[in-house]
Amino acid sequence: MSALAIRLRAVVKTFGRGESAVRALRGVDLDVPAGELTMLVGPSGCGKTTLISILAGLLSRDTGSCEVFGHDLAALRREALSRWRRDHVGFIFQQFNLVPQLSIAENVSVPLVLKGESVGAAVRKANALLETLGLEGRGKSGPQNLSGGQQQRVAIARALIHEPPLLVCDEPTSALDAELGRRVMALIRDRSHHPDRAVIVVTHDDRIFHLADTIAHMDDGVIRSVERVQRS
Amino acid sequence: MFRFAIKMLFGDSAKFYGILLGLSFASLLIAQQASIFVGLMSRTFAFIGEVGHVDLWVFDPTQASVDEQKPLRTTAVSRVRGVSGVEWVAPLYKGLLVATLPDGSRQVCDVIGIDDDTLAGGPVEVVEGSLADLRQPDAVMVEVGSSQQQLRFPADLAPGATPLPGQIFDAAAPRRSVQVGDVIELNERRARVVGLVHCAETFVAAPTIYTVYSRAKTYAPAARRMTTALLVKASPGTDVDVLAQRIRTETGYAALPPYDYSMRTLGYWMTQTGIPINFGIAIALGFFVGVAIAGQMFYNFTLDNLRYFGAFKAMGASSFTLLSMVALQALVAGVLGLGIGLGAVSAFGLNAAGGKLAFKMLWQIPLLAAGAVLIICILASVLSMWKVLRLDPVDVFKGS
Repeated sequence: MSALAIRLRAVVKTFGRGESAVRALRGVDLDVPAGELTMLVGPSGCGKTTLISILAGLLSRDTGSCEVFGHDLAALRREALSRWRRDHVGFIFQQFNLVPQLSIAENVSVPLVLKGESVGAAVRKANALLETLGLEGRGKSGPQNLSGGQQQRVAIARALIHEPPLLVCDEPTSALDAELGRRVMALIRDRSHHPDRAVIVVTHDDRIFHLADTIAHMDDGVIRSVERVQRS
Repeated sequence: MFRFAIKMLFGDSAKFYGILLGLSFASLLIAQQASIFVGLMSRTFAFIGEVGHVDLWVFDPTQASVDEQKPLRTTAVSRVRGVSGVEWVAPLYKGLLVATLPDGSRQVCDVIGIDDDTLAGGPVEVVEGSLADLRQPDAVMVEVGSSQQQLRFPADLAPGATPLPGQIFDAAAPRRSVQVGDVIELNERRARVVGLVHCAETFVAAPTIYTVYSRAKTYAPAARRMTTALLVKASPGTDVDVLAQRIRTETGYAALPPYDYSMRTLGYWMTQTGIPINFGIAIALGFFVGVAIAGQMFYNFTLDNLRYFGAFKAMGASSFTLLSMVALQALVAGVLGLGIGLGAVSAFGLNAAGGKLAFKMLWQIPLLAAGAVLIICILASVLSMWKVLRLDPVDVFKGS
């Protein structure tokens, strides 16, 4: 077993108060090994999005502990948490969220620019990365000129360009056909196999379950089981 | 990220042009209306500026503006002349009289009667003829600008010619402006045009006609008080303010240097008429239209981009960075909108120069428009900033 990238213990999160309160997480315990791809699966409304929001530093938990690569996220104030996300987390959103007014290369370069790199240098790196993802020569195009699969690859490039230790993916294959979904997941999986990295994927797509190293099953705000995927 | 903020602004062309339109329109309306207002108000005292080489204006103490008719007694000249420190005094007549043109048409004119001896109070620029020609019998000089607009009659009447008895003129026939040699009537008395002068546009839209003081009195309806004002030159070495005080004390008349008299006239128009309120309303409307159009457009623009701001926030952009991006977008739109608006006003001003339209853009007016646009941008961006500040990056995971 690899070293732990993420360690969650008894994490509780409640939205609202009084009778309308919703307990999204009811005491989550989860260990995510470094160098692996972990999938978080479960029915809609079971708390998957809340959980990845907490471990990505977007949401604070009510009680429990959350350590990501040795950082206790509860100890970080808002601005420090922003900096931590900037330096440690890459996001792949379900809706891609590529800015239509920016070129593809500029979209990809955003995390580097946020870290203080010049736009010119960041765009050059973005173009180089896009080339490795099969999008050579498309850096100056707008995202609206790309197919869904190409847009997802751009989103992946944006999540990876600053080489974050943690990659958080929200339904990365939901907008893609089966073949494209497999190729995108293979790309993400390749990036996870590094001792200083971890990938968490929230998905409903059982076609890609076999690409995971670990599958955590969630239901009703708790982790019901954690399953190691056997490979022949 | 600032570069990306600008690209986001320019990239959404529909909203960008909408924002620009709102801001341009606001700055255009504010600067244009303010310039016309200043131009109009400048005309209220323009006549005072036309009279050069004068240290003091002496007039009735209850007279609030130069156009008000509260004449002095004819003895006023002697009384003021007797005040120590006065080098010379020239009487001035200013009043509206009816002019009858050779074709019988009538036009109200602003008749200025200047001192017969010194010709003090005369126009600054004589276009045709000589000011001394006013000493000829029945001589008058006509303002060239207004004569071209208002003192016009059939062109087939040669200068100096008089129409035949019962002659009827074709209303559609070509017309010409008054020329040197023409004979008109002022209050039913003969007046021969001996020259054309150029003078500043005044608030009174009537054509200006110059003659000498003694003749102006014959044109005007008989009255005991005929002197509109006295023009006073101080003796060398005499303090003008001290002399003014001395005249006030010894004669009971008001005595002010030209600038102070101009401000008194301006004050009258500013406080006793509805003109400032009317222009103020127009300027305020421009401001509120700018707030409404640009503000709403900018807010919608931010709302449309909120998911991207959310993504940036999730990726680690600080609230300060995002607010700076919104502020920069507002600032860039503001500067461009202001530039277009002021450019349009300047073009309008250049086009209006020398015409009847009052237009005077002081250096403070672009600053006023810039201040207004800045406030519009702040108001427009505050709501957007609030939205961005309250933005929860978790929402981007929810696909919102």
